[in-house]
Amino acid sequence: MQKKRFNIWPYLLISPALLIVTFVVFLPVLEAIFMSFQNYDLRRPDKIAYIGFQNFAEMFADPIFWLAFKNTVIWVVFGVGLQFFFGFILALLLNQKFIGRGLVRSVSLIPWATPGVLIGLMWKWIYDGNYGVLNDLLMKVGLVDQPIMFLSQTSTAFGSVIVTIIWQGIPFFAIMILAGLQGISQEMYEAADIDGATKLQKLFRITIPSLKNVIFITILLRVIWVANSVDIIHNITGGGPSYSTQTLSVYIFNKANVLDLGYSSSMALFLMFMLAVVAVPYLKNSFKEGTK
Amino acid sequence: MKKESLLQKLFMLYLPISTILIFLLFPFYWTFITSIKPEEELYGPTVTYWPENMTFDSYRKLFGEFNFLQPMFNSFLVATITTLVTLTVSVLAAYAFTRFDFKGKQLFMGLFLTNNMFPHVLLLIPLFAIMRSVNLLYTPTSLVVAYATFTIPFSVWMLTGYLKDLPSSLEEAALIDGANRAKAFIKVILPVLMPSIIATGVYIFIQSWNEYTFAVLFTNEDTRTIPVTLKNLIGQLGVQWDLLTAGGIITIIPVCIMFFFAQKKLIEGMTSGSVKG
Repeated sequence: MQKKRFNIWPYLLISPALLIVTFVVFLPVLEAIFMSFQNYDLRRPDKIAYIGFQNFAEMFADPIFWLAFKNTVIWVVFGVGLQFFFGFILALLLNQKFIGRGLVRSVSLIPWATPGVLIGLMWKWIYDGNYGVLNDLLMKVGLVDQPIMFLSQTSTAFGSVIVTIIWQGIPFFAIMILAGLQGISQEMYEAADIDGATKLQKLFRITIPSLKNVIFITILLRVIWVANSVDIIHNITGGGPSYSTQTLSVYIFNKANVLDLGYSSSMALFLMFMLAVVAVPYLKNSFKEGTK
Repeated sequence: MKKESLLQKLFMLYLPISTILIFLLFPFYWTFITSIKPEEELYGPTVTYWPENMTFDSYRKLFGEFNFLQPMFNSFLVATITTLVTLTVSVLAAYAFTRFDFKGKQLFMGLFLTNNMFPHVLLLIPLFAIMRSVNLLYTPTSLVVAYATFTIPFSVWMLTGYLKDLPSSLEEAALIDGANRAKAFIKVILPVLMPSIIATGVYIFIQSWNEYTFAVLFTNEDTRTIPVTLKNLIGQLGVQWDLLTAGGIITIIPVCIMFFFAQKKLIEGMTSGSVKG
């Protein structure tokens, strides 16, 4: 490796990627900051002007914004939390030896590779109030005697979309945790066996502590993805009924869809700020990783 | 280790794993059989769990009346170009990050990593305005550009991980032989790295193929990709579940095929960074 002498090659090699990313990510983010201080509404393009903090003032006074904020927190906490819980169980199961394990492993990953739109459509059809299979199953088992309108009443709609995001996220957690499990040395368990440790003790004293890093990074990645996800909610409920399933990303998307770009930029910046608060530990961790 | 009884295995392994598998896979089963049910059965008084009169009419209709080939072609075009562009620039960057020490390396790597954090909806808004002003809106190019926002950072990260695992001694031997760096890269590194590059490519392809949020705003009737078309089928027809589910099945088949082939390498790449960290 060359030392001290200035070498132009690495800079040349990263420049294409860096240039593209600068143009498609960093400049747009700057542009979004400018737009958030304008009444940038493409339905009235002749009226666009700088309006200072008016968008932000409007946002903080907007009850739908606060509802969306609350929904985002619920969406992320329950969505990611339960993905983690079930993903962890699935990983523990897949780490055991049984016939057909390889096949089960790859098949169980399919939800993760499925397009969000399709996930939305599949589940919308399952939840359907008239012909939906979920209602049919519930009635066959005798749990309900009237079909439930899962998606059109505020009491059940949000729960239903959360179940869908959990379904989508279980596989990702399972693969990440499974990889972590396979990295734990078998000797620790053997030593614990000699000491007469129970299964539960081994789980809480060996398995979980060894997986700390994987769990931490996977949860942070998922929090960012789930908070940003638009397609599933947008295709199941569109944010309704009466905004009960509208998260911030969906609200921003809906506003951008009707071309109110200034207001949606302000909300998007707010969302980014909230994510940054959560993601700072993740970034610190990655920087440490880089210096090694 | 103690031998577990069959009963114990049944309750601790087979039962829970079957439950989770049924939960994960049932929606696909349901989507498939919906697509092959005739209309009377779909909206009839009883729900059937296997079609009494199987029919592939919905698939015929989808390609005949609704020209589903057009969005499939659009999706394929966008996903392929995105994959090729992303892979080229990301392999170069990842090579620089793993084989050179240079001033500002930490900073540049950090720039790529922070990228993953920006909400898509945040980038969507200014990109829409920019595309509109440079007259790229509603072209496949606008989608390729938009997808680069998340495919490049991710690929640089994945490929850096794969390259780190390849010992430098590999190409150093070639360098001593008198080959220059470019030659050593093409002759030695590229062949060994190929499976990882393909796995990363599959990931990019699937992501672009599946993407919806940007595609809604950046396409029109002629350039629409599959996810947008699926969504629009609802608007056009009220809801025709047989057609929608048939479209869904067609969408996911290529994804599944590619995924199965690249799976092992892909998982290795995704997990290695976090597991070692």
